[in-house]
Amino acid sequence: MMEWMKTTIVPHFNFWIYVVIMMLGLWAAIGKNNLIKKLIGLSIFQTAILLLYVSMGVKEGASIPIVDETMGEAAVDFMAQGGGGAGATAFPINPDLFANPLPHVLMLTAIVVGVATLGVALALCQVIFRDFGTLEEPEILNQIKTIQDDV
Amino acid sequence: MSEHLPVIVVLAPLFGAVIVGFFGSRDRRLCFPIALTALALSFICSIGVVHHVATVGAWDYFVGGWESPHGVGIQLRADGVNSLLLLAIAVVALLALVYSIRQDGEKDAEKSPFFYVLFLLLCVGLFGITITGDAFNVYVLIEITALTSYGLVAMGSSRRSRVAAFQYLVIGTVGASFYLIGVGYLYLAVGSLNMADIRAILAANPEIANSRIVGTALVFILLGVWTKMSLFPLHGWLPNAYSYCPSGSANLMAPLVTKVSVYVMIRILFSVFGLGVITENPGWSELVVLIAVGSIVAGSVMALTQREIKKMLCCLIVAEVGYMVGGTWLGDAGRWGLTGSMYHILADAMMTSCLFLAAGVFAKQFGATRLEHLSGLFRRSPWVAGAFTLGGLAMIGVPPMCGFFSKFYLIRGAIESGHWLYIVALLGSSLVNAILFFRIFEIAYFGEVPESSEPFEPSEGEGATPRRYAVWRTAPLLIAAALTLLLGIFNRPVIDLIRGTVVENTGIVSMEE
Amino acid sequence: MENSIHSYLPLWACLSSLAAVPLILLFRRETFLREAVTILAGIAKLSFVLAMLPIILQGNMIELTLFGDGSDGLVPIVFRVDGLGMVFALVASILWIPTSIYSIGYMRGLKEHSQTRFYVFFAVSLFATLGVAFAGNLLTLYVFYEILSLSTWPLVTHHQDAEARRGGRSYLVHLLGTSIAFVIPAMIYVWVKSGTLDFGGQAILADTDLSYVQGLALLLAFAFGFSKGALMPLHSWLPSAMVAPTPVSALLHAVAVVKVGVFCIIRTVLNIFGMDLLGGLGIDLVLCWIAAITLVTASLIALTQDNLKRMLAFSTIGQLSYIILGIALLTEHAALGSILHIAMHAFGKITLFFCAGAIFVATGKKQISELNGLGRRMPITFAAFAIGAASVTGLPPMGGFLSKLYLVWGAAEAHQIALLCAFLISAVLNGAYFFPVVYRAFFLPEPEMDAIHADGSCCVSGWREAPLLCVLPLAFTAIGSILLFFFPSTFYDLASIVLHGGVANP
Repeated sequence: MMEWMKTTIVPHFNFWIYVVIMMLGLWAAIGKNNLIKKLIGLSIFQTAILLLYVSMGVKEGASIPIVDETMGEAAVDFMAQGGGGAGATAFPINPDLFANPLPHVLMLTAIVVGVATLGVALALCQVIFRDFGTLEEPEILNQIKTIQDDV
Repeated sequence: MSEHLPVIVVLAPLFGAVIVGFFGSRDRRLCFPIALTALALSFICSIGVVHHVATVGAWDYFVGGWESPHGVGIQLRADGVNSLLLLAIAVVALLALVYSIRQDGEKDAEKSPFFYVLFLLLCVGLFGITITGDAFNVYVLIEITALTSYGLVAMGSSRRSRVAAFQYLVIGTVGASFYLIGVGYLYLAVGSLNMADIRAILAANPEIANSRIVGTALVFILLGVWTKMSLFPLHGWLPNAYSYCPSGSANLMAPLVTKVSVYVMIRILFSVFGLGVITENPGWSELVVLIAVGSIVAGSVMALTQREIKKMLCCLIVAEVGYMVGGTWLGDAGRWGLTGSMYHILADAMMTSCLFLAAGVFAKQFGATRLEHLSGLFRRSPWVAGAFTLGGLAMIGVPPMCGFFSKFYLIRGAIESGHWLYIVALLGSSLVNAILFFRIFEIAYFGEVPESSEPFEPSEGEGATPRRYAVWRTAPLLIAAALTLLLGIFNRPVIDLIRGTVVENTGIVSMEE
Repeated sequence: MENSIHSYLPLWACLSSLAAVPLILLFRRETFLREAVTILAGIAKLSFVLAMLPIILQGNMIELTLFGDGSDGLVPIVFRVDGLGMVFALVASILWIPTSIYSIGYMRGLKEHSQTRFYVFFAVSLFATLGVAFAGNLLTLYVFYEILSLSTWPLVTHHQDAEARRGGRSYLVHLLGTSIAFVIPAMIYVWVKSGTLDFGGQAILADTDLSYVQGLALLLAFAFGFSKGALMPLHSWLPSAMVAPTPVSALLHAVAVVKVGVFCIIRTVLNIFGMDLLGGLGIDLVLCWIAAITLVTASLIALTQDNLKRMLAFSTIGQLSYIILGIALLTEHAALGSILHIAMHAFGKITLFFCAGAIFVATGKKQISELNGLGRRMPITFAAFAIGAASVTGLPPMGGFLSKLYLVWGAAEAHQIALLCAFLISAVLNGAYFFPVVYRAFFLPEPEMDAIHADGSCCVSGWREAPLLCVLPLAFTAIGSILLFFFPSTFYDLASIVLHGGVANP
């Protein structure tokens, strides 16, 4: 058991944590009756995925990927050439020094998407509350049954 | 200018949306011309793209000139498959736009600009998903599509539309997130997001391609797109969402959103994982085809029980999605199944567009939302009835309508790969469609013209607009019906273009054994 | 020896009736122009077909590729006119003209509604019929087959009442259902198996290694899938389609639609399987026996019918099986008889239907038991009926005698005594259900004239024929049946071309 913990869970603890959080969120998003609780679950679910991506880019001992004088002349020149134009040779900086910026950048986009989704969802909740006077799903479904208007 | 066509296809509706948002709120009359111009521009550009692909070959375009060696540029790639889909999206969107000229404006003055903004943004998403060559971009664009769809669904006049939109939102977000997880795993495994790049890495390193992490990535991506395309048993959201939304937006979403998701699945299999996933894992192929068969059966059975026109059509979408997923996963050596699926994406987009436009006209013009209301339709409006008939026949799969030819190739793939159950499901669903549509044709043909039909009771909801013969509603319907027919008659150039791409990308095994 | 000639004639022949559709719609208020358009289209169609006739008779084929090509294993849409297609096209396009004239008399006589729709779909179905005749591969054949099924539905259900609804439903369930369920998979299976669907050259499946079971399954799928051929037990659409107006029954259900069914089955035997393969596998006898059973049973059922059109419908089912049985015997003379019978039966049966319609227009009578003595009032109609009946039964000097003679000869050639007996029994039965009608009409006394006097429309004695436009066509087709006995050479030569690839020496 301990062995299994050591080989499977500990080295990948970030994945395990994200999985647990994600499942919590998914359960809430699907299982809860209150629409707002559903939304909270959905947000947790999305955030867990952000964690996955963010933890992907992390490296031990690495720092933010900004090139400055402390990296040495070659690095500065390299960047000055526009990030290695046509004539550039190999990347002169040890990539291990930096966290991978790409997943983090992607997650900025994903965060925006998540916020937008949440915004739309909250607006919908507001309209639903105005129309039905409740946010409990069973009650809403009950009321729907009585609606006669066919589209 | 002409070398930027692929990006203009996407950008035209995007800028259109911004301009509508800016000016449309001042003067509502500006909305429609702006939107029309934007989509017409997309339409013209997509014709250009198709022409280029047909004459020169696949077209790679790097947004902002950031070429791929840096791995940060966004690549657009148009080939024989997606250029045609771009064109189909542009056509369907234009038809839906023309159809919706006044309906929202007439009812609610404030809604109009928002409707057009969402409409155009939805088109941006669809165009973008179709043409992008970047796996993460697909996620963002899926979400753009989804967010605008939620808005459009919620604009429905019925209170139910809001609830349907909310349910759609929850399921849709979960689906998109699954896709995102899949892409994340893929990135962990190969360190790239560019589809062509990933394909090259996976092809060069079989040990990565066969690793468990890539498998997991594939499963998550598939779960995500299946949710989005409403494959059985993940279809629950679709019937409500599409039947309660305003018909102007249903005309856009029903034909396109699910089809584009199917396209994403094909694209991911085709140019990211490689078709080896299917051919080398017969077990997976069996399973997915089985799910597809389930989808076909479930969709057909649900459609049989519906008496509401739009709901019935929505159930048929579920069945049609089963056709395409099954066809993609047949894994036959000649790639006929794949060809059939790709052709069916276009065919289904056209025929669903035709049928939903017809359903919209029924609702608006005759106040008919249920099958019984169509009594005597052939006498009341022969043109509308005729167009609906063409759409229905295409759905049944009667030659020379387009629906027949996709089945022709799908069945060939299924016979070659020995998926007999799929053939039975396909033919069975054709027969069910025949029952469904001839039930309607019988009502419309034999039924008496209802006496009380003239001033029909405006119910709460869409019917509230005055009943009046509206050429902007009927014309798109007739055009869609004609296109359904033409796409069938002139299927060969389309098939040739698709097969050219398939052959180029998958190295077809010779089909003469 | 056979040259294929590239020509647009088959396309024009097909399209000439389709092109009439917009004109018919345009002239929907001008009845005279509308009907003139129909007839002109018929004449145009016939002239295009006749223009192709000498080319075919010289042993050539006409080919026209419409869409696509055969590259990459794909199937193009192709027209190819050969002897068999020519026989069928000739019959259909010759008979369309009298039918158009007859329709005018019939529809005006009965003041039918929606006549424009009637003419439109009639023209479309003729377009599809010629498409089937000229189809150069199985896909093209199937495409036109389905267009024909659908375009005849509004004709069958023309009356738009409950009975028409039932008939139409049965019609579609049988025709559309079987073609989707059986023909599509069978067709694609053939395509997978042999890589082509083309009718030119040798039979499609000739070189494949079909097992007995596969071959049998395919053959049955085609034979029952093309259920327009009305093999039992999938025949019941034909009697129920008799709710259609009589011109429809006449042309479509005695000539175009049902003959399309048998035409497809002949194509299946000759061009898909090939006689050698069928004989080699030994599955030909299965088809023979299905046809033989249908033949006798249908004739027996026809004996029991009192409704004249239903009786004719069952007679048609039986006669169709003559053709199917003839081709399934796989002998030269039987096949010749089978192809000839397409033409001979068409002329005979269309005459009979025209007569049934003329009787209905003139007297409103539909039952055989009501026809007593009518022959003296409508001598031309009933004389034509007698000629048609004699031809379908197979008595000289009518065309039907020739084809039946060849069929029986072929059965003897194949040493199938039981099947030969089936032919003979059925011929006797044909006589037994037709001639009582003629006897009644001419020799039984007329019932009291109350019914006729009641509407006061008629004098006590003298002729009471149907309108001239009804009588002329039926006289024409009746004379045609006789002429075919004396001048069968065109059809005979075409049939020899089908079997030998050239005109046989007389």
